Amino acid sequence: MKGHITCTVCPVGCKILVVSKPNGEYEISGNRCPRGKQYAIDELFSPKRILTTSVKVLHGDVPLVSVRTDAPIEKSRIFELMEKIKSISVEAPVNVGDVLVRNIDGMGTSLVATRKVEKNGSPLENCQISG
Amino acid sequence: MIQQLKTGVLVIGGGAAGMAAALSASRAGVEVTLLEREEKTGGVLNQCIHHGFGLQFYRQELTGPEFAYRLQNEMAQHSVKIISESYVRHIDTKNKYVEVISPEGVFTIQAKAIVLATGARERPFGALQIPGDRPAGIYVAGLAQRMVNLENTLPGKRALILGSGDIGLIMARRLTLEGMEVLGVVERLPYAGGLTRNVVQCLEDYDIPLYLSHTVVEVRGRRRLERVLVSEVDDNFKPINGTQKWFDIDTLVLSAGLIPQVEDLGENLEIDAINKGFAVSNTCETSVTGIFAAGNNVAVFDLVDYVAAEGWIAGQNAAQTVQDKKRTSKRIPLIRGKNVGILVPSYITPEEHLRVYLRLRKPMDKGTVVLKELNIEKPFQYGVPSEMINFVVNRDKLQELKKPVRIEVVE
Ligand SMILES: Cc1cc2nc3c(=O)[nH]c(=O)nc-3n(C[C@H](O)[C@H](O)[C@H](O)COP(=O)(O)OP(=O)(O)OC[C@H]3O[C@@H](n4cnc5c(N)ncnc54)[C@H](O)[C@@H]3O)c2cc1C
Ligand code: SF4
Repeated sequence: MKGHITCTVCPVGCKILVVSKPNGEYEISGNRCPRGKQYAIDELFSPKRILTTSVKVLHGDVPLVSVRTDAPIEKSRIFELMEKIKSISVEAPVNVGDVLVRNIDGMGTSLVATRKVEKNGSPLENCQISG
Repeated sequence: MIQQLKTGVLVIGGGAAGMAAALSASRAGVEVTLLEREEKTGGVLNQCIHHGFGLQFYRQELTGPEFAYRLQNEMAQHSVKIISESYVRHIDTKNKYVEVISPEGVFTIQAKAIVLATGARERPFGALQIPGDRPAGIYVAGLAQRMVNLENTLPGKRALILGSGDIGLIMARRLTLEGMEVLGVVERLPYAGGLTRNVVQCLEDYDIPLYLSHTVVEVRGRRRLERVLVSEVDDNFKPINGTQKWFDIDTLVLSAGLIPQVEDLGENLEIDAINKGFAVSNTCETSVTGIFAAGNNVAVFDLVDYVAAEGWIAGQNAAQTVQDKKRTSKRIPLIRGKNVGILVPSYITPEEHLRVYLRLRKPMDKGTVVLKELNIEKPFQYGVPSEMINFVVNRDKLQELKKPVRIEVVE
């Protein structure tokens, strides 16, 4: 077997050539860094993706906080995890790097915030009196 | 009375380019003011919640907001003065005098050097000239992205994406994840406009079809969009009879590409006819001394890393202008040859390393970038227009340059 896989780990997008050898091993070439090799192997046996989306924020200065999984999750479980993420909300303030859901996939992957959301104080608090 | 401010380096626009410029100028020890028309700095990074940013600039893969956050933090540590919700309406380029509109009224700023970092805007629907109705439900991709990622609203239920630029591809995935049905991405060219990795991880991962050499030829709907007619096109983009098919959708997302934001700012600044952005040298200086430009208003870059790196250089050179450091004004044209589309820079100034960014005019299995006057040949494999080719020429190689340099790509 011989096939091309486009590595999606980083924007370089290397075209990785995977050739299976008679002894059951794979020969992998075309990756410009070691991460591409692991990606190609995962892609063959259990494809994984980082999931990025948003979580609702209560009492924040904006209605959503953007989030990511801190490690790639199994591709086949993306929609299942999206349902879970849509059902939750967090209270402001939120900081970049805050863990919003620990072990979201049962494999030790956490959901972390990627944006800072301030608490939406009473409107008067931010008001400057000009004279 | 109109408030009149003064500053050393004035940065206009607080996206990745502007923030990097403000940071490097400030680090060089000059007074820096940054103007941003939105409430927050960050530019398009704020709405690009996907990951894929910063691998080169920060050696780590970040999401858009995380990349912005890093620059914002660093700016805070370097006492950059940020004035947000202020829109630059006019620049007197000769005197470096800028007119700004803000919620508090109009004010002016006198600067010693200016960095333009106003980014790009989306090509609007009108530019596509599709016959039919103009119902609600047609969005440019960036607007749809803002709605979903910042405002928590979904544009509709069933969508088709027109144009396969990165924003279109990313929105196809985003809308699918949020529960919309995305029937496909339609592209009139025979290849995708966005990065290959986005075709893979945004379309193939979700079984969203990519219709290459296809376009939307008619739009129907009374109030709300009801359906669009999609047709295959020939090499001249003419619809091919008998290939038409209706798609029942309530949302059409247009990803027709970005164009550098140069209007109103560009008085006497040279614009590159192909990039459609400010023509700059490798010091990021425009055709007017002391006015610099970096980022998507120079050319539409595919990676924020390039944008931030260019912003950084622009800020450094702007700071040197303020400090009256001796700078040459030598500008040697860099001329497009065969197969070269978008190209940055337009001029070479020997005092700075030459960072070349170019887009091929067509996909090529392999080829070589040739700069004959500099004795440089850079071979590559699998080149596509969506992925910029980027390399650096050491300034030592530029010292003897007198005549224009031609850059071409041979197969
Ligand atoms: C959908 C999408 C996905 C992308 N994905 C990736 C990716 O995965 N990886 C990657 O590396 N790169 C990606 N990029 C590219 C990267 O994000 C951009 O190239 C980069 O952020 C552009 O930065 P900029 O500073 O040039 O422009 P912008 O971010 O557009 O910033 C311009 C700023 O100037 C302000 N402004 C404009 N005019 C005025 C005025 N007259 N007065 C005051 N302020 C003004 C605007 O409000 C804005 O904040 C993506 C881009 C898009 C659009
Ligand atoms: S192999 Fe390495 S350099 Fe190439 S796309 Fe994958 S992560 Fe990026």
